[in-house]
Amino acid sequence: MNKTVNNRAWWLVLPVFAMVAFNALIPLITVVNYSVQETFGNNEFFWSGTTWFKQLLHDDQFIDSLQRQIIFTATVLVIQIPLGLVIALCMPRSGPWVSVCLVLMSLPLLVPWNVVGSMWNIMALPDIGLLGKGLNALGIPFNYTRQPVSAWFTVILMDVWHWTSLVVLLCYAGLVSIPDAYYQAARVDGAGPWAVFRYIQLPKLKHVLTIAILLRFMDSFMIYTEVIVLTGGGPGSTTKFLSIDLVQKALGGFDLGPAAAMSIVYFLIILLLSWLFYTLMMRSEAK
Amino acid sequence: MKKRYLVPIVYIIFLMLPIYWLLNMSFKTTNEILGGFTAFPREFTLDSYRTILTDPTWYMAYVHSLIYVCINTVLSVSVALPAAYAFSRYRFLGDKHLFFWLLSNRMAPPAVFVLPFVQLYSSVGLFDTHLAVALAHTLFNIPLAVWILEGFMSGVPKELDETAYVDGYSFPAFFIKIFLPTISAGIGVAAFFCFMFSWVEMLLAKNLTSVAAKPIVAAMTKTASASGYELGLLAAAGVLTLIPGAIVIYFVRNYIAKGFALGRV
Repeated sequence: MNKTVNNRAWWLVLPVFAMVAFNALIPLITVVNYSVQETFGNNEFFWSGTTWFKQLLHDDQFIDSLQRQIIFTATVLVIQIPLGLVIALCMPRSGPWVSVCLVLMSLPLLVPWNVVGSMWNIMALPDIGLLGKGLNALGIPFNYTRQPVSAWFTVILMDVWHWTSLVVLLCYAGLVSIPDAYYQAARVDGAGPWAVFRYIQLPKLKHVLTIAILLRFMDSFMIYTEVIVLTGGGPGSTTKFLSIDLVQKALGGFDLGPAAAMSIVYFLIILLLSWLFYTLMMRSEAK
Repeated sequence: MKKRYLVPIVYIIFLMLPIYWLLNMSFKTTNEILGGFTAFPREFTLDSYRTILTDPTWYMAYVHSLIYVCINTVLSVSVALPAAYAFSRYRFLGDKHLFFWLLSNRMAPPAVFVLPFVQLYSSVGLFDTHLAVALAHTLFNIPLAVWILEGFMSGVPKELDETAYVDGYSFPAFFIKIFLPTISAGIGVAAFFCFMFSWVEMLLAKNLTSVAAKPIVAAMTKTASASGYELGLLAAAGVLTLIPGAIVIYFVRNYIAKGFALGRV
C-alpha cells in the first residue's frame, strides 16, 4: 500500500509512545545507571565504569548459563520447527475436524506458564507421575530431580508440549492460504508430493516460518517460569538458564551492578538476533 | 480415513496426556496421591476444589488475576488502535524506527525488567495494585496489539477512508462508526492475544504484588512451597486456570492462526 506522508500521524501514536516510554525507558535508564556504579547500601553510589562488564566476561557462571541457553534454544528450534511443519502438512484442510484440531492444539498456549511447570512436575514424578513411572517401568532410570539428563529431557519435552502448536498454527495458516490453482498446475505437470512440498508449499511458507522462528527464538531465549517451577534450575545448576541466573542475581543477591550489566548484555543479544530476523522478514514481505 | 491423519491424532494425544494427569491428580485424596501410582482416582473426591472455592485467599487470587488481565486488555487495545491506524496509513518522521523500537519491547526478557519495575512502581505508589501489573504487562502487549492490528488494517483498502472523507465524515466519526466495525475481527484477535499473554505471565505479576492484589500464579507457587507438597490442591488450582483460556479460545478459533502470524497471512 502506498502511504501518504503525514507528520500529524504522530498524534495518533503519542499515547502508545508515552505508555511504552514510561514502561521501557525509565527501567532501561535505571539498569544502565546501576551497571556503571557500585553501591554499599544507604543509597550511596560510586562510579565504577566498565568494571561490571569486564567482570561479566570472566564470570564462569554467566558463561555457563549462556552456553546452556544457546544449547536449549537450538535444540528446541531444531525439534519444534520441523515437527510443527510436518503436523501442519498432515492436518485436514477442511471439514468439521479442523476446528476441533485447532482448539485442542491451542490449549497448551493458554496455560499459565507456572501451571505448565507444575503440570510437568506432577507428570514426571518418578514414583507417581505418568511419565516418570512409565519410563522407570520400561527399565530406563529416570529421576529429574537427581539426573541432569532426565532434567534436560523433561524441560525440552515440556517446551515441545507447550510451544510446538504455535509452529503448527502458523504453518497451517500459511498452507490454507495457498491458492488451489498452484496444486492444479502441479498435478498437470505430474509433480509428486515431494515436488509439491519442495517447490510450492515450502517457498510459500517462508514468511510464516520466519515469524515462527523469530517468536520461538525470542521466547525460548527468555524462558524462566516453566523451568523454575519444574526444576528450579537444578539438579545443581544444570538447567539454570539466563533468566534464572539473572533473577537470582538481581532479586536474590541484590548485586545491583553485576545484575544490571548482565541485563544489558542479555537484552542486546536478543535485540541483535531479532533485528536480523526482522530485517529478513520485512525484506521478504516487500518482495 | 487417510493415513496421514495419524500424525495430528498422535500429537493431540500427546498434548492431552499432561492435562489428563492433572485432572486425575486433582480428584484424588492426598493419601492416595502419596500412596502410589494410580491411573484413575480410586476414591473420587472434590475436596481440593472445595478448598479453593471456599478459601478467599485462593478464589480471590483468580479474581485479582482476571481484574488486571481485563484492565490490561482494554488499555492495550484502545491505545494501540489509533497507533496501528497511523502505521498502516501514513508515513511520518521516524515511523520505521519507532515500529522496531516498539517491537523490541516484545523481545525484552521480563527478567531484565523485574527489579527496575518493582522500584518504579513502588516509587509512584502503585506497588501491590492491579493497575501496576496491568501497566507492566502493557510493555509487551501494546507492541503485540499494534503489530496485529496493523496487519489487519493494512488489509483494508484505502478507498474506504477516502470515500468516507468525501461523504463528509470527520476523522473521529469515520474511525469509530466505519473503520472499527470493519476490522472487528482484528480487534477480537488483538484482545485475545493481550488477554492470553497477560494471563499466562508470572514473573512480573508475582513480583509486583504481595497481598492486596496477589494473582493466582503467585498464590500457586507460594502454597506449593509453604505447606509441603499438596499436589491435589496444586493440580485443582491448575485445572481452574485452564478454564478462561478454553473459553476465549473457542471464540477466536478461526482467527487464532492469523493472530499468531500477526495479521500477516
